[in-house]
Amino acid sequence: MDEIQSLIHGFGVAMSLKNLALMFTGVILGVIIGVLPGLGGANGVAILLPLTFGMAQTPGGATSAIILLSCIYWGALFGGAITSILFNIPGEPWSVATTFDGYPLAQQGRAGNALTAAFTSSFIGALVAVIVITFLSPVVANFALEFGPPEFFAVYLLTFCAFVGTSKEPPFKTLAAMMTGFALAAVGTDPVTGTLRLTFGSHHLLTGFDFLVAVIGLFGIGEILLTLEEGLAFKGASAKINVRVVLETWKELPRYWMTSLRASAVGCFMGIVPGGATPASFMSYGVARRFSPDGDKFGTGMVEGVVAPETAAHAAGTSALLPMITLGVPGSPTAAVLLGGLMIWGLQPGPLLFVEQKDFVWGLIASMYLGNIAGLIVVLTCVPLFAAILRVPFSVIAPVIIVICAIGAYTVHNAIFDVWMMVVFGVLGYLFKKLQYPLAPLVLAIVLGDNAEASFRQAILGSQGDLSIFFSNKLVGFMTTLALLLLFWPLVSWLLAKLRGRVEPGRGSSA
Amino acid sequence: MQGGSGERAAFGQKTAELAVAGLFLALGALVVYDSVRLGATWGSDGPRPGYFPFYVGLIICVSALVNLARAALSQRDGNKPFVLVGQLRMVLAVLIPSAIYVALVTWIGIYLSSILFIAFFMRWLGRYAWWKVLVVSVATMVVFYLIFEIWFKVPLPKGPVEALLGLG
Repeated sequence: MDEIQSLIHGFGVAMSLKNLALMFTGVILGVIIGVLPGLGGANGVAILLPLTFGMAQTPGGATSAIILLSCIYWGALFGGAITSILFNIPGEPWSVATTFDGYPLAQQGRAGNALTAAFTSSFIGALVAVIVITFLSPVVANFALEFGPPEFFAVYLLTFCAFVGTSKEPPFKTLAAMMTGFALAAVGTDPVTGTLRLTFGSHHLLTGFDFLVAVIGLFGIGEILLTLEEGLAFKGASAKINVRVVLETWKELPRYWMTSLRASAVGCFMGIVPGGATPASFMSYGVARRFSPDGDKFGTGMVEGVVAPETAAHAAGTSALLPMITLGVPGSPTAAVLLGGLMIWGLQPGPLLFVEQKDFVWGLIASMYLGNIAGLIVVLTCVPLFAAILRVPFSVIAPVIIVICAIGAYTVHNAIFDVWMMVVFGVLGYLFKKLQYPLAPLVLAIVLGDNAEASFRQAILGSQGDLSIFFSNKLVGFMTTLALLLLFWPLVSWLLAKLRGRVEPGRGSSA
Repeated sequence: MQGGSGERAAFGQKTAELAVAGLFLALGALVVYDSVRLGATWGSDGPRPGYFPFYVGLIICVSALVNLARAALSQRDGNKPFVLVGQLRMVLAVLIPSAIYVALVTWIGIYLSSILFIAFFMRWLGRYAWWKVLVVSVATMVVFYLIFEIWFKVPLPKGPVEALLGLG
């Protein structure tokens, strides 16, 4: 087994003292980021990314940098559960479903059980996803080595059309947000001809919009403004977790093996196709409620109702890295930021990574195993500490977070202009969130815009402008057709609903 | 704050929908305009620089028009509040100081302006005692100084005060 051998080699890379220390640092920072309002996985990683510029220049430094950043991501995934269960405030969108049963459990004084169940199932979800990554990603990368520009553009098309087809937001809002991302990505120097585009004479725009600044503004400042609307006080249950509670919960958990298995499958699938962790957690919760013998008691504080969304969210969040490292197409906003980091460090994400950067790829995969173990240890032992952070009043936390965001935005290019842009993006993020314009496709488009455009131009250059190149062989034709199907899915389902409404006038879509 | 005035809607949902859709339309038009200027057609050596952005701008315009029409025709959004006066006041209470903060960073560097910013929040919104305000705001920035300048060697913007202290 080639993969096992590569993985063992990867463990050798990841196991150095420095990398293990970075792992724990990353996880602890990540949990704090996940717990704090306004700092999530995506913008937490974005803020800390500039700190790794120097680190990545040293030999083996890129591996250390990705270990640090991906562990922040795992930490943030774990951290989201803490606020959901104790405070009924989902720290991350994918923890919303965890509040349904987690918070009632905490109110019944069983917060420790809920937390243990959440952390353990997060860990299991991640573990399943990492195993999938270990064995599937070399296959995918190998397959993708044959890809030319048309195939790559078809993959991008599929990614973006999937957002339109699967997101809960109105399709035209998704489309508007996504295309705005592409427009922002196009600002600056045209990579092919060197012409300046959309700069309107401003020298600040010569280098274009940086996605890091956009992420920090949209997710960070936007989230703080939204949180402020709700008021300043957090009220939460106290977090007591001890060995007895942990063991007691662990004894109960094997009962839900089927739920975990289903949740992991849903999560891995949703993470690899760019559905993301949030829909995965809801879907998994819904599926668990339907299949569970206690389905009707869901929402009143069932441990199973915590297991299902947490397993799926973590599985999806982890497996979102699979398309990122194999194809260069991230499955989630945080994966998009990590991908942007790779490009800044001078690594070209995509199938060649598995050939040219074996140490990096397998070091990263091995660190996923270790990082999640580190995460489980950290959260199980330090929950009260993290919960205490949330008791710091918002009038102290909010300005500190804004200062952190400002520093993060500044350090990207050492430019104050970026800090102004962050504030503008913050206001936009607030408006978009309130009006249901999705942020994930916008961010993905900013990161991938240039690559998508380049592969599109190369593809049609090869065919002299003939768009049938995207149907020129079975593979690319299949992907393009699937993409178009997803793009028009909202229209199709709307028409179907209309038709059904006409056939059964009694039950159809009520106006 | 008196309970009544904070409960009123500052903006309706419909107004907000229309305004944001209009913003998208303007952005799309701007992108289309600049793409046409650069040439959105097929040149002698392949697609010209405006080719891809032109269609991006076009899709933004079309989507914005659909969103505009939907918002204008929607009955449901008519009286729904987008943001209440009290909520808007909270949001602006953070947004305006933040803008002033960024302006200050340009003049006096990030350290002093961050200390002022944090102190302002703690005193004004949190009503903490002055000594607590001072300890928290200064300590936070000392920690950031140690992390960024010393540990990661990332220089942050400094002003005249840091120069006086010999830290610049």
